Amino acid sequence: MSGVAGIFKGLFTGRVAVIAVPFLFLLLFFLFPFFIVGKISVSEMETVTFKDVLSIQEGVIQLTLKFSNYVFITQDALYFKTYLASLQYAGASTALCLFIGYPFAYFMARAKATWQPALLMLVMLPFWTSFLLRVYAWRGLLAEHGWVADALVGLGLDHVLYALGLISTPGKLLHTPFSLVLGMTYTYLPFMILPLYANLAKMDLRLLEAAADLGATPWLAFWKITVPLSKAGIIAGSMLVFIPCVGEFVIPELLGGPETLMIGRVLWDEFFSNNDWPMASAVAVVMVLLVIVPLAIFNKYQAEAQERR
Amino acid sequence: MTAGSNPWFGRGWLAAGFVFLYLPIVALVVYSFNDSPLPNVWRGFTLRWYTQLASDQELLAALWLSLKIAFFTACGSVVLGTLAAFALVKYKRFTGRTLFSGMVNAPLVMPEVVVGLSLLLMLVSMQRALGFPERGMGTILLGHVLLGMAYAAVVVQSRLQDLNPQLEEAAMDLGARPYQVFWLVTLPMISQSLLSAWLLTFTISLDDVVLSAFLSGPGSTTMPLVIFSRARLGLNPSVNAVATITVAVVAVGVFAASYYIAHKERRRAREMAAARH
Amino acid sequence: MMSSGTLPGSLPGTEAAFLRIEDLVKDYDGYKAVNQVNLDIAKGEIFALLGSSGCGKSTLLRMLAGFETPTSGRIVLAGRDLASLPPYERPMNMMFQSYALFPHLSVWENIAFGLKREGLPKARIAERVDAMLKLVQLGKFAARKPHQLSGGQQQRVALARSLARQPQMLLLDEPLGALDKKLREETQIELVNIIEQVGVTCVLVTHDQEEAMTMATRIAVMSEGRFLQVGAPGDIYETPATRFVADFIGNVNLMDGTLDVDAPDHCIIGCVDCSHYVGHGITGTEGMKVSVALRPEKISLSRDMPKDTPAGPHNRVRGTVKEMSYFGSFSVYHLALASGARLKVTEANSQRHRDGAHTWGDEVWAQWSDSAQVVLTQ
Repeated sequence: MSGVAGIFKGLFTGRVAVIAVPFLFLLLFFLFPFFIVGKISVSEMETVTFKDVLSIQEGVIQLTLKFSNYVFITQDALYFKTYLASLQYAGASTALCLFIGYPFAYFMARAKATWQPALLMLVMLPFWTSFLLRVYAWRGLLAEHGWVADALVGLGLDHVLYALGLISTPGKLLHTPFSLVLGMTYTYLPFMILPLYANLAKMDLRLLEAAADLGATPWLAFWKITVPLSKAGIIAGSMLVFIPCVGEFVIPELLGGPETLMIGRVLWDEFFSNNDWPMASAVAVVMVLLVIVPLAIFNKYQAEAQERR
Repeated sequence: MTAGSNPWFGRGWLAAGFVFLYLPIVALVVYSFNDSPLPNVWRGFTLRWYTQLASDQELLAALWLSLKIAFFTACGSVVLGTLAAFALVKYKRFTGRTLFSGMVNAPLVMPEVVVGLSLLLMLVSMQRALGFPERGMGTILLGHVLLGMAYAAVVVQSRLQDLNPQLEEAAMDLGARPYQVFWLVTLPMISQSLLSAWLLTFTISLDDVVLSAFLSGPGSTTMPLVIFSRARLGLNPSVNAVATITVAVVAVGVFAASYYIAHKERRRAREMAAARH
Repeated sequence: MMSSGTLPGSLPGTEAAFLRIEDLVKDYDGYKAVNQVNLDIAKGEIFALLGSSGCGKSTLLRMLAGFETPTSGRIVLAGRDLASLPPYERPMNMMFQSYALFPHLSVWENIAFGLKREGLPKARIAERVDAMLKLVQLGKFAARKPHQLSGGQQQRVALARSLARQPQMLLLDEPLGALDKKLREETQIELVNIIEQVGVTCVLVTHDQEEAMTMATRIAVMSEGRFLQVGAPGDIYETPATRFVADFIGNVNLMDGTLDVDAPDHCIIGCVDCSHYVGHGITGTEGMKVSVALRPEKISLSRDMPKDTPAGPHNRVRGTVKEMSYFGSFSVYHLALASGARLKVTEANSQRHRDGAHTWGDEVWAQWSDSAQVVLTQ
């Protein structure tokens, strides 16, 4: 095909369009904004908006980079503690989700085949109702005389939580680390269950039969065969819970308390309350740097899951 | 579980898990009929929160806006997400594929505050340089589509990968040009997953708080934002009423859909069995 | 013996080729799936590409259909170079191994699919679809969807669909692979009948030698991207060109030996356990290493030692029956020879309750004629 005509044909083939449209959309509205955030994090705030980094003064191009935000973050103990706390709360929620969710997904996958679609639907159903409202409901459940609060206090479990340092006063369950982690675990539990279930349901049960035939107890077979084979599901589920939890805002706001400051709230306050956009941007940049390793793990898992098929 | 362990342990764990999952929903529904603005203090059955809803202008306006945004989000997400899914499944090699794949998957996990902030700052920069866009329904829509596209891509991608590639080859062999193959063969076969993706992204958009907060402008308050601000202040059970209505609608919808699908499956199984004789 | 001087894929005589494949190569980053294939196919032939998985036969078929582009080489159909044509513009149709019936369309609509793409008027399409349904005897099933049909019925729909457009060539990818044994035998004959009735030229790909031999007019045995031998089923079976082909098709006894005597009308080959007197000469030098291929059914067993041939004590060997398998209509014997090598012999059980039937442990003589062997130099 002749040169110019060939180029035009190449430009307008279906293949190019299919790839280019979403690619350009994502480049413009997902990737490019990150660079803008980076740029603004080193600029200065001026009344309602930010000053430009590049400016021309007296015929000279001036580049003003203000690193004080980053300096502030690294030096101020509060920021460090908040980042750390965010990682810890996210980690705790992920661990709890795994602890509750793995057996849940396991028993779902081993249930009778005719029940499984129904079970799956029952897990998905809460997801279709507003998560905001369900988190709000926990406020009621954990407040004084709430159903769960009454149950826990009645069983004396609130003293256990107090001893563990999860609540600061026995009897007051709301706006504590306990209620925060509970809320996050609750909200993100389906995100752990679904990839695990998908993984476990596909497992070849004959492997377990072979293990039993070779003398392994069910417990041993579980740890030596089932768990390693479900590694991909564990990683996917954990990333789907951990990464968003680190930057979670709504749940700490509704269920957290003064001592459960998380980085998502810090960012929000810097932006909406302090109106300090560069600071908020700096906080965001550090947050992204924090999750970049889990993010890479997640992306690698997704790519591998594709190849495997 | 394998023979030897107690099946009741498994059933117990599942039951406990479901109780945990549904407890808040049950509480919401119960207290939506509570004749008291205070939670946890039962004072009698009433429907007044529901009637109050009918005249709650702020909430109704926000609901209408949210529904509009959710509708367009779902449409946009499905289109973009399907394109992305096709790109990833059909074309195994092109420049920037790793970057593309990363960008398609990232919104699934990236904290919304980061996505919201970055998108907003970019839109503000654009506004400064080009004069548009104004923050409002359009910008919220943009953020929601960005998020929804990632979800839609996952759903459609998994269906595409399960598709027998020989079907599309057969269509081409029989004279169908590539766009005809898509329209006549591929599209009908992925139609169910497109619908799933549409419903999924609709729900996500309807429920979104953080992105909407960053990207909204004056006069474009979505329903979750209204509920959120009311929730922070500690408010009346009209919110419970909204929740109950939502649950009812969703439950009816899901049950109807499941029943229909199960019915089709049973019929299909019968037909396949009949064919063998 | 193979005729020298012609390429493996050439047609006998001077028949003009309907399909000509010239120097076809498919290279995947250094791995040659198809390596310099040359082939001529005449109109109306049913041509089989036979080989085990990975030999390149499916790749070759896909290049004919247009789903893979050749790295180099030409494909010419009825004088027309197909290289630049995408699959939807080629005058050939394919029947896929998985049938690839469109699940959301009925049988009628599946068959009509290709016709609609041609833009034919509705009446003509209906006429054609009905003719196809009649051909495969599925008239009653026109309204059904694929999942409502049995495996054999689905296969017939796939066939009807691929013939609807009256293609110049029909490509079949493992057509009987998905069927169970009994159905396969019935379908083989039916399939060939329909193809001959329609009169379409056919290229089929299979790993099943029985399928290739019963269905095809000519077979190409393929391995590692190359043709090892091309010929009619009988030629390939009785006159294999190489050890690989001899071993691949059917059962065979392969014995290594040396060419002791080479005369214009006969030769004598000495092997470890026995010597062969072959009733024709071969091109070679005395003393060179050769192999002798002897099919099990060409050997007969007896208690007594067979008489010498005119040329001497050849074409016989003594062995002990080590294994015997009874198949009802025939039995297979494995004899252990003096050197420890095994000889496989197949004998029809042409008599009921034969006294003195050979059994385990028996010492027997195996003998064969001087035209039973194939001498192989490769």
